[in-house]
Amino acid sequence: MAVPNPKFETSQVLLAAFVAPNGAKWAMDARARAAASLRAMGAPVKRDEYWKYTNPAELTVFPTPVAALLAIDEAPMFDNIDRLKLVFVDGVFDAELSDDLSLEGVEIEPLADALSKDIHWAKDLYGVLEANGQNPVKRPMAALNTAVAGQGLVIRATGKAVKPISVRYVHNAETSDAMVHHLVKIDAGASLTILESGPGAARFNSVMEIDVAEKAAFHHVRTQGRDHERRTMTHMFGRLADDSVFRSFTMTVNGILTRNECVLDVVGNDTKATVGGVCAGDGSDFHHDDTVFITHGSLNSESRQVFKKVLRNGATGVFQGKILVKEGAQKTDGYQISQALLLDDNSNFFAKPELEIYADDVICSHGSTVGAIDENALFYLLSRGVPQAQAQDMLILAFLGEAIDEIDDDALSQDIHDRLAQWMERRRS
Amino acid sequence: MLNIKNLQVGLEEEDKQILKGVDLNIGEGEVHAIMGPNGSGKSTMSYVLAGKSGYKVTGGSATLNGVDLLDMEPEERAAAGLFLAFQYPVEIPGVGNMTFLRTAVNAQRKARNEPELTASEFLKEVRTKAKDLKIDADMLKRPVNVGFSGGEKKRNEILQMAMLSPTMCILDETDSGLDVDAMKLVAEGVNALRDGKRSFLVITHYQRLLDHIKPDVVHIMANGKIIKSGGPDLALEVENNGYADILAEVA
Ligand SMILES: Nc1ncnc2c1ncn2[C@@H]1O[C@H](COP(=O)(O)OP(=O)(O)OP(=O)(O)O)[C@@H](O)[C@H]1O
Ligand SMILES: [Mg+2]
Repeated sequence: MAVPNPKFETSQVLLAAFVAPNGAKWAMDARARAAASLRAMGAPVKRDEYWKYTNPAELTVFPTPVAALLAIDEAPMFDNIDRLKLVFVDGVFDAELSDDLSLEGVEIEPLADALSKDIHWAKDLYGVLEANGQNPVKRPMAALNTAVAGQGLVIRATGKAVKPISVRYVHNAETSDAMVHHLVKIDAGASLTILESGPGAARFNSVMEIDVAEKAAFHHVRTQGRDHERRTMTHMFGRLADDSVFRSFTMTVNGILTRNECVLDVVGNDTKATVGGVCAGDGSDFHHDDTVFITHGSLNSESRQVFKKVLRNGATGVFQGKILVKEGAQKTDGYQISQALLLDDNSNFFAKPELEIYADDVICSHGSTVGAIDENALFYLLSRGVPQAQAQDMLILAFLGEAIDEIDDDALSQDIHDRLAQWMERRRS
Repeated sequence: MLNIKNLQVGLEEEDKQILKGVDLNIGEGEVHAIMGPNGSGKSTMSYVLAGKSGYKVTGGSATLNGVDLLDMEPEERAAAGLFLAFQYPVEIPGVGNMTFLRTAVNAQRKARNEPELTASEFLKEVRTKAKDLKIDADMLKRPVNVGFSGGEKKRNEILQMAMLSPTMCILDETDSGLDVDAMKLVAEGVNALRDGKRSFLVITHYQRLLDHIKPDVVHIMANGKIIKSGGPDLALEVENNGYADILAEVA
């Protein structure tokens, strides 16, 4: 008799726990394919190599771990900028709280609508980039999402969007288990900025598939909300055509478990991609994981990964970043840096930077550092009368600032900077 | 003002004594100079007074206006009126010069229960003072000391001193790295702050700075001790003859 393997049992449990929504035949086929692939690969378990530093148990366990709601006094993120606001409550689109789905240069519809139409461009994207991103490393939580998600947005930029779309994820129920799947298509020459903010749900699983056409630009800035007890698993799958730009930045403060995966397939020549983030963690129940996989299969493309973390009181940070340069992908310029500032001996940073290169005319570099606050710089500030806690925060912000600078928008980066400053100020005692 | 008695200091990490009983008394409004061979302990003394970690005070005392300095945190010493112009000013990437200076000025004001400067009050003051020191606006915008030349760093120290208006100023080799004109500027900056109440301790290797900033007393430090004190002439003697005679004299 076969010994039951928890990996495969759990994948069955996961698929059974969510009701797969209805839709057009092509959509149901895509979901069925994803379900079959999840059954074949199994759910993530701690002993998987790709989950060595992050225990996936709380992402797959039932009942859903409870997450207390946090009363927040500050203004919601991105409220101060002119944007189209779209709101999800516990992973369900809320039309009442949202602006009309109309924006010049952009077509927007709910996922369920797009996936129930017999003919829709979404057919060529839904589950396609996700499936493509399952090689060479398996991403079961993304397959699960494709198989069962009924909520999300289908967004197509046909020109230069006049303002950003901001998607806010409100967490409103202590045991909500959300699956959100967005499709984003940026047509040739078009550009769009998507802002995401908020914790989303007690447990939040999101997938965004982004297809960036020739000379198109996709900008993404995300903050993951201050609710601490949440468990968050996100995937971004991007495909870059000739001369396109892809930029994504994420700020994370708090969170028991966050894993953000970003998988980019650079198929066009002369593209530019930047994936970056900052995270600030406090406490032994903080765990944050950035996992990035960029595949270069074209000529003269540039990619940057810039991640900074500040960790204290036993917090844990993880970075797994890979640059894969395929045969013939000449003149690739791949850069990767991951750095952590540990404020005490109890905090941990695990980094697994990887380069795999099959072309000979490329520039690729990676670096990873762990350090403490620079004592000389600290003393200099103190000697001018800046109080210890404030001086330390200034140095932390300076450290994180190098990643925040990757955001190609001064107002947004200032906003991120200010939020981090406030977060740190609240932690002074 | 500043009273140092039999101050003995070693390193925290290793068993090494650097200051071996320093005595120094600087009264209100006085300017004292310290000269001495490399490695004699001049910077160590100024660091210890400012509160740098890594040193172990093994004996003696240091008070500022009667208050025990060595018992205070570095930022408290600054708020109490102590200022150290570093021999090697520290570069701090990512922290803007203006942000830093404004934070420092207002933190000290707050600690002294004085009203904080508004952004425009601060800006006005810093612009005037920077102009006097020929520090251009562009330098003010850059991160603290990053990419500054040696001389620019030293002028930036004096700008900070002028903005913070301390009562006891220690200048550790502020003249090194300065060109002749910059030295004059810096000396003028210092002299402008001499108001009969503020005191200065000027550490230098060269008589030239003391032509501009006239000291009341000159001390020679060697091997962790003040071995000789005298008037301005003592600096001239060092300039002309070096330390050999003085060292021989006290040996
Ligand atoms: N942190 C340290 N670790 C090891 N040695 C130290 C440390 N700080 C000071 N010293 C030693 O103590 C002695 C005094 O150094 P200090 O910098 O105070 O000299 P100084 O009089 O300022 O010299 P200079 O004129 O060259 O600036 C030197 O021998 C120096 O190497
Ligand atoms: Mg020195």
